[in-house]
Amino acid sequence: MDNLTFDIAHLLAGSLVLVSFMLLYQDRLSALLNVYALHAFVLALSVAWQAYAQDAPHLYVTATIALVFKAILIPVVLHRMIVKLGIHREVETVVGVGPAMLLGMGLVALSMVVMLRVTAEADPLAREDLAFALSVVLLGLLMMVTRRNAVSQIVGFMSLENGLVLAATGAKGMPLVVEISVAFSILIAFIVIGIFLFRIRERFDTVDVAALDSYRGERQ
Amino acid sequence: MALMLNLVVQGAQMLLVLLLAPFLTGLVRKVKARLLRRQGPPLLQPYRDLARLMRKEVVLADSASWLFRANPYLIFAATWVAASLVPTFGAGLMFSWSADLIAIIALLGLARFFLALAGLDVGTSFGGIGSSREVMIASLAEPAMLMIVFTLALVAGSTQLSTMAEFLVSSEVGLRVSLGMALIALIMVAIAENARVPVDNPATHLELTMVHEAMVLEYSGRHLALIDLASELKLLLYVSLIACLFLPWELAPQGALPESLAFGVIAYLAKLGLCGFLLALFETSIAKMRVFRVPEFLGAALMLSLLATLLMFVSRSL
Amino acid sequence: MTLDAVTAVLAIPATAALLLAVLPGYKLTAYLNVAASFLTFLVALSLFFFERPAPGPYLLVDDLNNVFIVLTTFVGFTTSVFSATYIEHELEIGRLTPTFLRFYHAMYQVLMFALNLALVTNNIGVMWVAIELATLTTVLMVGIYRTHEALEAAWKYFILGSVGIALALFGTILIYMAAQPTIGEGLNSMVWTTLMAHASTFDPALLNVAFVFLLLGYGTKVGLAPLHAWLPDAHAEGPTPISAVLSGLLLNVALYALLRFKMLLAANPEALAPGPLMIAMGLVSVVFAAFMLYRRGDIKRLFAYSSIEHMGIITFAFGMGGPLANFAGLLHMCMHSLTKSAIFFAVGGIAQVKGTQKIADMGGLTITHPLLGWGLVAGVVAIAGLPPLGIFMSEFLVVSSTFAREPLLALPLVLGLLVTIGALFLRLNSIAFGEPRGPNHKAKGSYLPMFAHLGLVLVAGFYLPGPLVAWFQNVARVLG
Repeated sequence: MDNLTFDIAHLLAGSLVLVSFMLLYQDRLSALLNVYALHAFVLALSVAWQAYAQDAPHLYVTATIALVFKAILIPVVLHRMIVKLGIHREVETVVGVGPAMLLGMGLVALSMVVMLRVTAEADPLAREDLAFALSVVLLGLLMMVTRRNAVSQIVGFMSLENGLVLAATGAKGMPLVVEISVAFSILIAFIVIGIFLFRIRERFDTVDVAALDSYRGERQ
Repeated sequence: MALMLNLVVQGAQMLLVLLLAPFLTGLVRKVKARLLRRQGPPLLQPYRDLARLMRKEVVLADSASWLFRANPYLIFAATWVAASLVPTFGAGLMFSWSADLIAIIALLGLARFFLALAGLDVGTSFGGIGSSREVMIASLAEPAMLMIVFTLALVAGSTQLSTMAEFLVSSEVGLRVSLGMALIALIMVAIAENARVPVDNPATHLELTMVHEAMVLEYSGRHLALIDLASELKLLLYVSLIACLFLPWELAPQGALPESLAFGVIAYLAKLGLCGFLLALFETSIAKMRVFRVPEFLGAALMLSLLATLLMFVSRSL
Repeated sequence: MTLDAVTAVLAIPATAALLLAVLPGYKLTAYLNVAASFLTFLVALSLFFFERPAPGPYLLVDDLNNVFIVLTTFVGFTTSVFSATYIEHELEIGRLTPTFLRFYHAMYQVLMFALNLALVTNNIGVMWVAIELATLTTVLMVGIYRTHEALEAAWKYFILGSVGIALALFGTILIYMAAQPTIGEGLNSMVWTTLMAHASTFDPALLNVAFVFLLLGYGTKVGLAPLHAWLPDAHAEGPTPISAVLSGLLLNVALYALLRFKMLLAANPEALAPGPLMIAMGLVSVVFAAFMLYRRGDIKRLFAYSSIEHMGIITFAFGMGGPLANFAGLLHMCMHSLTKSAIFFAVGGIAQVKGTQKIADMGGLTITHPLLGWGLVAGVVAIAGLPPLGIFMSEFLVVSSTFAREPLLALPLVLGLLVTIGALFLRLNSIAFGEPRGPNHKAKGSYLPMFAHLGLVLVAGFYLPGPLVAWFQNVARVLG
């Protein structure tokens, strides 16, 4: 496998990490959704390139699913939903943007150290793929933890899933699970969007999860 | 004989840099004016400005110290040395062994330090504002610059500019996302360091928006001429740096023939023209940021360069 | 009756789910639910008596999951019986509409399918998929009442559960990466029996990191502190049959998944023993839950924390390792499943007769509803670990093996157990004895499942069937 193939795979996976950082930086909901669409698009490109590099045609299917559903359909649906439900347009954060970025950098460094040390025997393409995938997963987790708006938590979770799909494509020859995990993530996305947002909105007139806190049963 | 030739070529670079600096500034101003549908000053106006300032009398404040009078020379010397070390038309010149990127950054830092001191020296509040803002910008831009240097050093295997340039022009480089990120970060840092829009407006004299201008408000005559020339050299330095690292084509390698050197000069002039034009275009299409948003801007540059460095660790060296 | 039995265990719930999604009417669907669960239980039972099928790339029946599949289908069956009588009441008071009822029954069978699939599969990828499916169905069912609290509970459960599942998937991928150099690409590297055969050749560092991810991921589903935050709310706000299934079955299946991976790690001599991590999480869960029990005012939440504590004990036992502790852990899994679901049956009945879940509003149960009250007393005695019931046996084994090997660790464990006994009896006193408080509706739920479970637990305190002991001992050896 020549240097150019590796470089392009590295380029796409690195861009995915960069877009994850951009997700952390957004403070308006519609911009957040657009950046998420970009995230899914870069993921689709990355998976398609892995399909070419590993000579695994079934991954092209995964790439197409990621493109159609995650990059186009779900952002469009979420956009419509935000407008229809009149959700508060700003994203409230628990931690400021600066510290969140620094934490994110720390997580990326940590995941690289861990993954590179642990996968010493695998081939370079798989190693870099897994290292970046773990970074994206951890950044998605950071996003879920530092956001108070339910929609942005969902976006954080979906970016986490994107990282998982990247990891699964990096592990060469992993059967079926890629397709199944993609199918499940779509299912989860639809269930979440369809049921919870409507129900939370219906019950609370808001999707600020801080409002949910008053109903935490722990006081009982 | 070869020694003489090398010395001549090195001297030629130093002179070239000195002569071209005002021209670049003039070009940027002219293009900006044209884009705004004005006539704009002539291209050679900065030379005339410098000549005019040299003829004028120096007016010093009562409270100015010896540092105030010595500063312009110090700043000019440091900046000129730094600017002449960056490869413009040829790599591997006589003094290129000293052209370490970290050394260049250190020289620029030295110049900035003295400039900030000058702003504080006279004791006016304008100078104080300018110095504090300048140092705030520096505290964010320097780490970003260093991370960019690390990235480039990791790619090229050395911090010496000539080695870097020769490596980057070879085919071993390949397509690197870290280099792309480093380029964007370097452009952002360059804009901040040279007091360009959106960080600082070089044409303003409003106290709310001044950074660089505030610090040199008290200078006049030949002192001001030297400081102006120094800031023009700094702009040329950054543009040459970007050109040498990211547009390294036609850079004459070490010990090249005079024809290659001539080609190198022509290519360099073309790169300067291109970058000047792009800078003018960028400045007219964006508004100046509020001062307290500058840390966000530079924070983004720092993050980009950090990420570029981190990504290098997962790259082809695996 | 070979491979067919295993496939039937999966096929019956699947078809039942499809049917239940479309059939109308409460009585019909309830009976169909019970019938399907009973059939699944019979089929699973047949695995005890007939020869086991050879492991295939997707399905496997061995010493470990033989017992659990029967246990799961049994508890599923008894819960469906309880649910059939209990949910009718919910329908009457308007907490559920008929559409949601169809949804509830269909989801119940899908949950059964997912649990069975997770237990009998030989493929670590399919196991992950099954556990994710089970999580999803329970999330939907927890939120089914659509009150503010139910939605909050379901949302928290969804978020935490999904994060756990994501981490578990990453761990699974890493296991695949570890297996790939030796076994090669493709399906074979995900088949558990093949993995076990070659486990000693895997890269130990990769296995360690993979297990950490798996412990964090599946550990969230088991409800180990500090990843337990979803558990109390999910138990309190969902319908009671779901609380019973969550505590009794889902926690077990998640722990079972962890056990499979622990066996992989044990087969590789260079891999770090995961013991200390599991011991730490287990002890923290036990002590934390024990102290949290004191302040609970909601009866379901009380027993939810009790579940956390017991899962902590089990994890601690498996972390200690060694044949005795492992055996105790396996036994405890079975006993806890039976006892906790019995308690939740009682709690469901209590919630219905008293019309509330708040402990402060109920009292004197043994006087107003003697069967229910004494059933609850028996359940609490069992879950507190008093002799002669089954849980006492397993707790005793854990504590004695800990004293023998690491006496210092036994101190917090015993402290936690004692604190729990105190808290549980305090609450029991206020609920079951004393002056009757609160309204006294008629009980609708059947008491039979509760007493059936308690009876089994009582018998297990005295006698365990020989084959069962042999299987558990085999597994205890392999667990390391």
